[in-house]
Amino acid sequence: MFGPLDKYAAPERFYLLCKSMGPWLSAISLLLFLVGLYGGLVYAPSDYQQGDSFRIIYVHVPSAWMSMFVYVVMAVSGAMGLIWKVKISDAIARSCAPLGAAFTFLALATGSIWGKPMWGTWWVWDARLTSELILLFLYFGYMALQAAIEDRRMAARAGAILALAGLINIPIIHYSVEWWSTLHQGPTVSKMDAPSIHTSMLIPLLIMFLAFKLYFFAVLCMRARCEIIEQEKNSRWVKQLARGGVDS
Amino acid sequence: MQRLSSLAVFSCLLKRELLLGLRHRSELLHPLLFFLIVVTMFPLALGPEPEQLRQIAVAVIWVAAVLASSLSLDMMFRSDFEDGSLEQILLSAQPANVLVMAKVLAHWLLSGAPLIVSALTLSYFLYLPQSATVPMLATLLLGTPIFSLIGSVATALTVGLRGGGMLLALLILPLYMPLLIFAVSAVNNAVQGLSIKAELYFLSALLVLALTLTPFATTASLRIRLS
Repeated sequence: MFGPLDKYAAPERFYLLCKSMGPWLSAISLLLFLVGLYGGLVYAPSDYQQGDSFRIIYVHVPSAWMSMFVYVVMAVSGAMGLIWKVKISDAIARSCAPLGAAFTFLALATGSIWGKPMWGTWWVWDARLTSELILLFLYFGYMALQAAIEDRRMAARAGAILALAGLINIPIIHYSVEWWSTLHQGPTVSKMDAPSIHTSMLIPLLIMFLAFKLYFFAVLCMRARCEIIEQEKNSRWVKQLARGGVDS
Repeated sequence: MQRLSSLAVFSCLLKRELLLGLRHRSELLHPLLFFLIVVTMFPLALGPEPEQLRQIAVAVIWVAAVLASSLSLDMMFRSDFEDGSLEQILLSAQPANVLVMAKVLAHWLLSGAPLIVSALTLSYFLYLPQSATVPMLATLLLGTPIFSLIGSVATALTVGLRGGGMLLALLILPLYMPLLIFAVSAVNNAVQGLSIKAELYFLSALLVLALTLTPFATTASLRIRLS
């Protein structure tokens, strides 16, 4: 169904793939983090209006992007589990939720820290902040549902439906909240033809974005391995693995 | 055996649901009473000044309606799940979506419609301006079916779970937030003498979207929970 990727849909192959990819992803993301943070905190000039406090965007913006990206990954892999009954996609969807919630929380927390000196308050009921907060609630709802259903297979399928319902709702929530109130500054990076951010500030941001993304995949690999082991604990290869056999 | 048409089965199940609902009258009253009590608490907490109450009237009525309907959702599938008739409904030769829709419609008739009527009374208690009464009823008329439709998905996912009621509220309340925004902004526009067409169109669009998508999601969820 997925051509050459098909063979990795088997839990055992995917487990080994994650195991070999994990350290590489971690190492590259660590390297990118160092470069990006140096670029963001030292190399990039300070903003003429916001001074040095703008530098929090190097954490804030990537985590806000990731918060939405992770939800899409979660919903899409949930849908794959629902439609094609791919076993590993259950594990991936389930591993995504706490990560996505963490990114969402990080985006909210850094935004709030930035808001104190800039807007003079920790929290404003602004459109983007509010829709990010609702996204956090969606993640919590998913995690609560996962925790409430004991049967793992059933929990994964139920979670997939919930994630898909949320995915349809995210744009609706986003635009309705946008309509309701707006104080947050408009998008600066996505205007690719003429970004209203200087290149020397943009490049560290993009590096940080890559670092966040690779970090996500690295942690996803670790979490998915745990999930797969637990999910397949009755299969032969896991039992062998536990005895220290097949693993090479 | 003669094969029944979908419409016949739909109306048959709808009649059964309504009859069951009317036989358990006190259960029907619970969400309604909850709605009235929550709304009553606001004047007590804020003070009885009409001007202040007028400003928050729509918000209070809508938030209370959201909470009341999220509590009432629990009764949509629970008794059928417990006595096994839900399995029979899903196993029948009729399209399950149609049957699920009958249950959702019955739920709306038994919980959403009474809510609208009592909201009319409460709007007088909270001194909502006359000009805003009809818009408020219109938003509730469009909004409460969406509650039942979106709610049916989450209810199906949590049916039979321990502590399902609280979990259910946790799952659906974030999904209700766009409704709240459109409805309250429509009524506030009406108070200021502005057009409310845009909001009503949005609510209608959401209703149509929910009407087309949720029956499939609810049926799939029920099949998962009963598998």
